[in-house]
Amino acid sequence: MQEVGQQIGKVIGQQTGQQIGKVIRSETGQQTGQETEEGFSKEDRKLLTRDQFLNAYREMLLIRRFEEKVAQLYSMGLVCGFCHLYIGEEAVATGIKMSLRDGDKVITSYRDHGYMLALGVEPRRVMAELTGRVTGCSRGKGGSMHMYSREKNFYGGCGIVGAQVSLGVGLAFANRYRGTEEVAVTCYGDGANNQGQVYESYNLASLHKLPCVFVIENNRYGMGTSVERSSASHNLYKNGEPWGIPGLQVDGMDVAAVYDAARKAIAYCREGKGPYLLEMMTYRYRGHSMSDPARYRTREEVDHVRKTHDPIEHIKRVLMEDDGVEENVLKTIDEEIKAIVNDAAEFAQTSPEPESRELYTDVVLEV
Amino acid sequence: MATEVLMPALSPTMTEGKLVRWVKKEGDNVTAGDVLAEVETDKATMEVEAVDEGTLGRILVQAGQSVPVNTPIAILVAQGEKVPDHIATKPLAPNKTTSENTTQPQRSTSSSIADSLKQGVTESVEKDWGETQEMTVRDALDEALAIELQRDPDVFLMGEEVARYQGAYKVSHGLLQKFGEKRIIDTPITEHGFTGMAVGAAFAGLKPVVEFMTMNFAMQAIDQIVNSAAKTLYMSGGQIGCSIVFRGPNGAASRVAAQHSQCYASWYSHIPGLKVIAPWSSADAKGLLRAAIRDPNPVVFLENEILYGHKFPCPVDEDFILPIGKAKVERVGKDVTFVAFSIAVTIAMEAAEALAKEGIEAEVINLRSLRPLDTETIIQSVRKTNRVVSIEEGWSFAGIGSEIAAQVMEQAFDWLDAPPARVTGADVPMPYAANLEKLALPCAEQVVDAVKKMM
Repeated sequence: MQEVGQQIGKVIGQQTGQQIGKVIRSETGQQTGQETEEGFSKEDRKLLTRDQFLNAYREMLLIRRFEEKVAQLYSMGLVCGFCHLYIGEEAVATGIKMSLRDGDKVITSYRDHGYMLALGVEPRRVMAELTGRVTGCSRGKGGSMHMYSREKNFYGGCGIVGAQVSLGVGLAFANRYRGTEEVAVTCYGDGANNQGQVYESYNLASLHKLPCVFVIENNRYGMGTSVERSSASHNLYKNGEPWGIPGLQVDGMDVAAVYDAARKAIAYCREGKGPYLLEMMTYRYRGHSMSDPARYRTREEVDHVRKTHDPIEHIKRVLMEDDGVEENVLKTIDEEIKAIVNDAAEFAQTSPEPESRELYTDVVLEV
Repeated sequence: MATEVLMPALSPTMTEGKLVRWVKKEGDNVTAGDVLAEVETDKATMEVEAVDEGTLGRILVQAGQSVPVNTPIAILVAQGEKVPDHIATKPLAPNKTTSENTTQPQRSTSSSIADSLKQGVTESVEKDWGETQEMTVRDALDEALAIELQRDPDVFLMGEEVARYQGAYKVSHGLLQKFGEKRIIDTPITEHGFTGMAVGAAFAGLKPVVEFMTMNFAMQAIDQIVNSAAKTLYMSGGQIGCSIVFRGPNGAASRVAAQHSQCYASWYSHIPGLKVIAPWSSADAKGLLRAAIRDPNPVVFLENEILYGHKFPCPVDEDFILPIGKAKVERVGKDVTFVAFSIAVTIAMEAAEALAKEGIEAEVINLRSLRPLDTETIIQSVRKTNRVVSIEEGWSFAGIGSEIAAQVMEQAFDWLDAPPARVTGADVPMPYAANLEKLALPCAEQVVDAVKKMM
């Protein structure tokens, strides 16, 4: 583990952009030497079947095209407020979703569109929430940061950095209280990782041996502050150690690696062994939110990750090289996704706004 | 030389102690630090140690007896010395069988609450629940918890010292034995974390009761109460509800100074999505805590440490429950309306009693719920009396009294014969010194003065 720590330290340090692919996995982070694709594990390619990779490709592409459309609608003034896009991080939500089973619960931060889509909420309803229409998943009352799906066991969509971590422990508590084998996946960023309640949550989850998978989506910047400038601990996956929580660092750009790690962590929780911590090394291509000019990193850093370690390009390559999928099959999927996203955008622009009387509904439940 | 061993004050609110058992007997030699006896306070059973060496000459208070703090409980004499005759023949303390303390707040006058209750009480339009029995607020809360825990397996209690310790203020006394560790859960001192955990469990459909040792500590968790518990139903378009109770002693106790003596009534009452309750009597406590636990919304339940040991008549009917959002007219009057909640109702009742002697009849409204606020009862009363005084322990600025004054002016301006008056805590952090603390808290005399100014 010591070696890993040193390696990661290097990556998170000055040479960031150039090295993202090399290190990213604690177990099999060997370098591949390919110019076009750095650091993706060859082993991980065998973890998923052709169909699983195809599905993952479809899901991740949906998230990306959806988010690109959101950016477009935002620039047109149709989506407003704080809006945090998931572009670049698609493999994390997708890989986690693949490892879940019915009844498992998920909660995350305000960067939540990707999770809604990955968990199977209709793109129309997500987009309509973004445009503040009554057909949105929160009937237009939540917006980008506050999306939920009781049906899909998705509990938000939490706008307060780090608050979802103890809420997620509560979801796990409810699973345990009811004697089910369901787990709660609690996602947060490297920025939230510095909140005090995260450590209160580690303690509580471990004390009660709760089935909670903590997932740190380490996209390396909490808004504009890099991990090395905000956290004295540079190995976030080790932060649960004092509480006896095992941790794993994962290439969060590799959907197979995410799936594999999440599957292991979830199995550990289901067996009643207590919480598990995953650090997903990922990267967001866009600013923290729509209003972030992202001057804290170079254009080259972003471009380098895009060119050499993009999660979607990676699947595409796996499908074509290993599974012999023809390019036109992927093209067809691209077209389908484009149609779904355009339909969602159309729906979101033509749906009515909530009626005025909605202002006073859902404040409290009537007894 | 004979020295008296006194009933010690072992907690800030203890005014009386029950001698559970003597560890030493008359004639035993003791040295400083030896345990003489065990005493039950309003919070726990504690040991009384000898501070001098000598012989336990005479025991003045027998096991099972309760006596006020500073009452001599035994006489210590020098080894070999005899107990002086005047002490040896002194009669023992009168046997008082009640084990519950009957503490009165230092600032209250001698008239007891039970007496006030008998004066001019009408049950307003409230359902008559029949037979009552005297019960402390503490026991009423304990019973409400036990009944609701029994009734609904999704209800559980969590907080610091609620289980093995039996509750820092003994409210959860006996619950661990009845319901086990799965449902009566001790937490670490980690308000922010365990409150978030409870709210998450409520999102998933459980019905947690979160005890804060005092509401002062809930400030560590206020983000989870306001941003998570209160707002998620709205933000999710009605998908994710949060049935949860946040409860604990609120406001001033006694001599615990600024960080442990704050009233949070107006803080929580400000938040749409929360319900806020502040019971006064045992009936309020029992009936409303049961309603709070059953309510599908987040409820902040503000108790009062001093009231825990007070006895009030409480209906014995096993279905007894009170509606949230309904105030109670505790005393009917025609000249002025007092609007109060929690321990301020005691002050209002005392002031009403004092004014009655001068021929002024005050109507006393016990709000019970602060959000929703029963403005109907207030306005009806003010239209009858034409004067209103609000009484609260909290600060005046942006306090509950400010809201009541605003509501009265909006809805009964033409009925008013005088501007609404507010009797509140002083606009300062709570001081420690006894005289200053007394000055910082509202009292009946201030209410009487306020009334006289407006008559």
